[in-house]
Amino acid sequence: MNDLAQFLLSGLTTGAVYALAALGFTLIYNASGVINFAQGDFLMLSAMVAATLLAHQVSYGIAIAVGIAVTVLVGVMLYRFAIRPAGEADVVSLIIITIGASIFIQGVVQVVLGKNQQVLPPFTGDTPLHVLGARVLPQALWVLGVAALLVAAVAGFFRYTLTGKAMLAVAANRLAASAVGIPARRILQLSFGLSALLGAVAGVTAAPITTTVYDIGLMLGMKGFVAATLGGLGSGLGAVVGGLVVGVLEALVAGYVSSAYKDAVPIGLIIVILLVMPHGLFGRKSTERV
Amino acid sequence: MRFSRFKALLATAAVLVVLPFVLPNNFMLDIAIRIAFAAVAAIGLNVLMGFAGQISIGHAGFLAIGAYGSAIAATRFGWPPLLAIPAAAALCAVLAWVIAKPILRLKGHSLTMATLGLGLIVNIVLINEVGVTGGPDGMAAPPLEVAGFALVDLRHWYVVAAVVLWLVILLSLNLYDSPCGRALRGLHGAEVAARVVGVDVALFKTRAFVMSAVLASVSGSLTAHYVGFISPQMASFAHSVELATMVVLGGMASTFGAVLGAALLTMLPQLLGGLHGYESILFGLILMLTMMFLPRGIVPTLALKLGRKR
Repeated sequence: MNDLAQFLLSGLTTGAVYALAALGFTLIYNASGVINFAQGDFLMLSAMVAATLLAHQVSYGIAIAVGIAVTVLVGVMLYRFAIRPAGEADVVSLIIITIGASIFIQGVVQVVLGKNQQVLPPFTGDTPLHVLGARVLPQALWVLGVAALLVAAVAGFFRYTLTGKAMLAVAANRLAASAVGIPARRILQLSFGLSALLGAVAGVTAAPITTTVYDIGLMLGMKGFVAATLGGLGSGLGAVVGGLVVGVLEALVAGYVSSAYKDAVPIGLIIVILLVMPHGLFGRKSTERV
Repeated sequence: MRFSRFKALLATAAVLVVLPFVLPNNFMLDIAIRIAFAAVAAIGLNVLMGFAGQISIGHAGFLAIGAYGSAIAATRFGWPPLLAIPAAAALCAVLAWVIAKPILRLKGHSLTMATLGLGLIVNIVLINEVGVTGGPDGMAAPPLEVAGFALVDLRHWYVVAAVVLWLVILLSLNLYDSPCGRALRGLHGAEVAARVVGVDVALFKTRAFVMSAVLASVSGSLTAHYVGFISPQMASFAHSVELATMVVLGGMASTFGAVLGAALLTMLPQLLGGLHGYESILFGLILMLTMMFLPRGIVPTLALKLGRKR
């Protein structure tokens, strides 16, 4: 029983990280219909920059702030210099561009910041707390808290702000949105910046638990996508539920079956989800226009 | 059209025959052999991505199954490599055929993610099944034997590589203009329209997928026996992206584009002196810039320009 509680709690913690990664996918997808394959690299980038600065005696707060700022800048640049010039390219081309961006970011990080695994110290100490007979790191609570906060913020953004509604309008029909005076390009750029921000915050919050290395973004991105798809692409609540489900399943498999194959769990899951319920748990059904 | 295809094949044969006499040293010959093997996989992936428009960034998985399949059959079961290669290819064909139907119902980013996932699963299995695959350290692969005669000389290898490449080019060019090739290109342009005029979309997609998997497997097997050593790196995400980059850069739906893409991407790392980070930067840039400025890829763009001048 203690084992189970431990697995569930650690699953919820990693699940919260996936939920944060999934939120970033959701945001860009909502605004542009593009799946950003570099989303996982945003999580990696902020943590790597922050960890490197810390190693050079920069104070904790500044290191994290700079890590986040750099990542947001990269997100905006990705849109400005790669997505926007591609113009009306089809979805496959845009996918290939973001895959290129992902490899590119990984390469730059490898060359500039090194290939070694880096650790960020936790926000508030690492004395484990005891919950239901299981040990929980304080950082795990931070991850869960930050995830909850960001989910609420994103939901509020889409529901209550004009910019958020404009973003949904751009996603629904870019031409019509432009016609009623919404600056579509600026909105799209904002969506890339915001999703980079989500990824960056997720990255520095999760790094004390997951550690970070230049190629960790691939798995984080993959699992974030699984979470987003499980929840139904475009649904914020779905992204969170999806993330937690993926995290818990993974922890249970790692605990009871084989830790070597835990990474195969979300991959197997995604293939099943895509085939059996392509709209996820909370997604809306859509029909393809010909 | 038929005549120009004949000329293209003849020209390719001429280049392949002359090349070893022009190349100054064994280093260049070695690169030429690697390019030929990479091109086999790229031509196969081009059938799936370029002809049929189904994106895959998991094909390094099939390549690795081919490499490990024939290496394991040859070392652990003592099969002759010449038998092990088609056996591995057959395994890939069956696997691809089983996976194809459900996977290829997906489109766009779903298909991309699903193929990425398949490649990663192969990678994870190769790393973890240490008893069979040697785990992260990889394993040795025996040299190819033809009629009891082990291939070790580079020039002999070149003959094998050139013959295989030429045959695969022949296959791909013939496929392009065949009814099957037209059906594939048709469903690339407009899947629903293709279905309306009676193309069995699922069947043709499956065929393209199986063919690309088999060619990737053959490419992997030959590379394994040639290099003599294989590692799970063969099934990595980076390798899958490299294969896709060859197709995209050279030109979607262009057989010679795939060959050119394979040549460029095999040579570039040599120029960089094996610095892994710079390699990623370069591949990433190539992918982005090609999609932004040359969405058709090099060969089709050039062909279009030359055609206009005339």
